[in-house]
Amino acid sequence: MKKYIKNFEVKANLHLNELYSVLKLTPVDGLMPDMYPGQFVQVLIENSGHTYLRRPISINFLDKEKNELWLLVRGAGEGTKSLLRIDVGSILNLVLPLGKGFSLKSERALLVGGGVGVAPLLLLGKTLNEHGTDVSFLLGARSGADLLLVDEFAKYGTVFLSTEDGSIGEEGLVTCNSAMQSDFDIIQCCGPLPMMKAVAKIARRRGIECEVSLENMMACGLGACLCCVEDTVSDGNVCVCKEGPVFNINELKWQI
Amino acid sequence: MADLKVKIGSLELKNPVLTASGTFGYGEEYADFIDLSQLGGFIVKGTTLHHREGNPYPRMVETPSGMLNAVGLQNHGVDYFINTIYPRIKDIDTQIIVNVSGSSIPDYVAVCEKLMPLEKINAVEINISCPNVKQGGMAFGTTCMGAESVVNAVRKAYSKTLIVKLSPNVTNIADIARAVEATGADAVSLVNTFLGMAINTETRKPYLSTITGGLSGACIRPIAVRMVWQVANVVKIPVVGLGGIMNGRDAIEFMLAGATAIQVGTANFIDPAITIKIIEYIENYMNRHNVTDIKELIGGVL
Ligand SMILES: Cc1cc2nc3c(=O)[nH]c(=O)nc-3n(C[C@H](O)[C@H](O)[C@H](O)COP(=O)(O)OP(=O)(O)OC[C@H]3O[C@@H](n4cnc5c(N)ncnc54)[C@H](O)[C@@H]3O)c2cc1C
Ligand SMILES: Cc1cc2nc3c(=O)[nH]c(=O)nc-3n(C[C@H](O)[C@H](O)[C@H](O)COP(=O)(O)O)c2cc1C
Ligand code: FES
Repeated sequence: MKKYIKNFEVKANLHLNELYSVLKLTPVDGLMPDMYPGQFVQVLIENSGHTYLRRPISINFLDKEKNELWLLVRGAGEGTKSLLRIDVGSILNLVLPLGKGFSLKSERALLVGGGVGVAPLLLLGKTLNEHGTDVSFLLGARSGADLLLVDEFAKYGTVFLSTEDGSIGEEGLVTCNSAMQSDFDIIQCCGPLPMMKAVAKIARRRGIECEVSLENMMACGLGACLCCVEDTVSDGNVCVCKEGPVFNINELKWQI
Repeated sequence: MADLKVKIGSLELKNPVLTASGTFGYGEEYADFIDLSQLGGFIVKGTTLHHREGNPYPRMVETPSGMLNAVGLQNHGVDYFINTIYPRIKDIDTQIIVNVSGSSIPDYVAVCEKLMPLEKINAVEINISCPNVKQGGMAFGTTCMGAESVVNAVRKAYSKTLIVKLSPNVTNIADIARAVEATGADAVSLVNTFLGMAINTETRKPYLSTITGGLSGACIRPIAVRMVWQVANVVKIPVVGLGGIMNGRDAIEFMLAGATAIQVGTANFIDPAITIKIIEYIENYMNRHNVTDIKELIGGVL
């Protein structure tokens, strides 16, 4: 899949809460590259004095009608916080699309996301839905105010919610949600590492196929620097940016 | 038309812009962004006799205007390069240089012997300066005797262009450069990364699995320029300059300090098409300054 270095104009910067924004971007030349759910972009952050390398951000959604690419950004440090402040009309330079995405062949899929990890699941859910897959989303957060884009997810499947304080949905972690007990032929998960490992453990115990999306520290995002490696069963250290970020859990050497 | 051609040993480059080992993969990773045949050449990832898994993750952290890495020479070994990678890249119309690493002198020699017959590989860059491996690597590059012993052995086995990549983690880099020149190197390249360290103050743990790692990027540029200038003043063989080159201006700066060619490293991560912009900048610069032959710029600092 051809990769591009491309300028995008910021069409909207929707602040979901003080920590999260959805940036809606349109290519300046009007030509949106092809991309798959689970792939990511490398953003050049020019409005921050100290951010040097690009920052990897998942492809959140593709709005084909408006020719818009969405990024869901969490202000983790200086670079991403600068993105939260970006003005509508600004230009962002992206390298995209990067990595390999989620598999798209299943009849009943459970998409589990926590925190900013829900980002790639929106385009994944929409795409699976279009392919005729029966899609369920299980979204987790600390409290109701931290749940993101729930209305958007609801357009493409059944939504199950878990909050640690029980303010919305079931109380507790996603792994305790009753949705985890239903039958699926695949669980596709993105979120904090402990959450992904806990979900992977349940999937393995129940014999359900499971894919997770990793967020290893990256420099190039192109498979050139070998900084972002994950140890795998068949190939040893592989680049998460090129062979991932999505992996079948059977490929990973996780102790689960 | 400005003449951008330069020579490193017997290696002719259509322009002085090369890419630095470990930052450009095998060229293919950048083929969507640039026409590789426009480069003076590219230097592939550090290659060793046997397969190496490299260091455990995490291997990188960003630092002010730069980054630390601890990749540790992950590669599939020289035979895999020859059998699998070389056939894919050999027809790209530019110079391809292999960066060679080893943990013993016989390793360096064996890799170079295997590379000798490859028609499209007309130069090796001997890495005696990798800070990220326990054995060999930088250990050879930090003393004149260590450097001489590697170069001496490789020189006997390798008759094409031999570039020696120097470590900046030494008291006097000019002494090492003179030693490898006297032992038969055709050129020196400098600098490799500076040994550095960063600690996460919240967890109190180092960011890298190896604790220390190699510092690269814009933050090292002034030190690298100084070292290139010092070395160019004392050797007659060509000097290939690198360390924090982010744009065309920086490339010119290294040439004025005495570099015959330059390498672009970390900057490729930020702009995968930066090498082509650097070549264009050099052409414009030469026109602006009425320079017809790029060789007039080499060591041209006033
Ligand atoms: C494939 C991939 C997809 C991602 N998708 C998204 C997304 O859709 N939305 C989003 O908000 N974030 C996403 N991230 C995480 C995002 O890249 C980091 O939060 C960001 O790089 C931090 O940069 P900073 O300058 O804000 O913070 P820094 O000051 O650099 O770091 C702040 C914190 O972020 C962590 N961090 C730094 N770099 C990375 C990195 N490359 N990967 C993970 N954590 C990092 C650091 O460990 C530190 O704790 C993704 C990461 C990867 C690898
Ligand atoms: C991720 C990474 C991997 C590297 N791997 C190698 C290597 O295999 N062999 C080598 O000689 N130098 C290696 N280097 C050093 C670079 O080639 C270069 O000397 C250094 O980064 C300084 O240049 P820069 O500041 O332009 O990046 C590596 C650097 C980085 C950042
Ligand atoms: S980030 Fe460079 S290889 Fe993955």
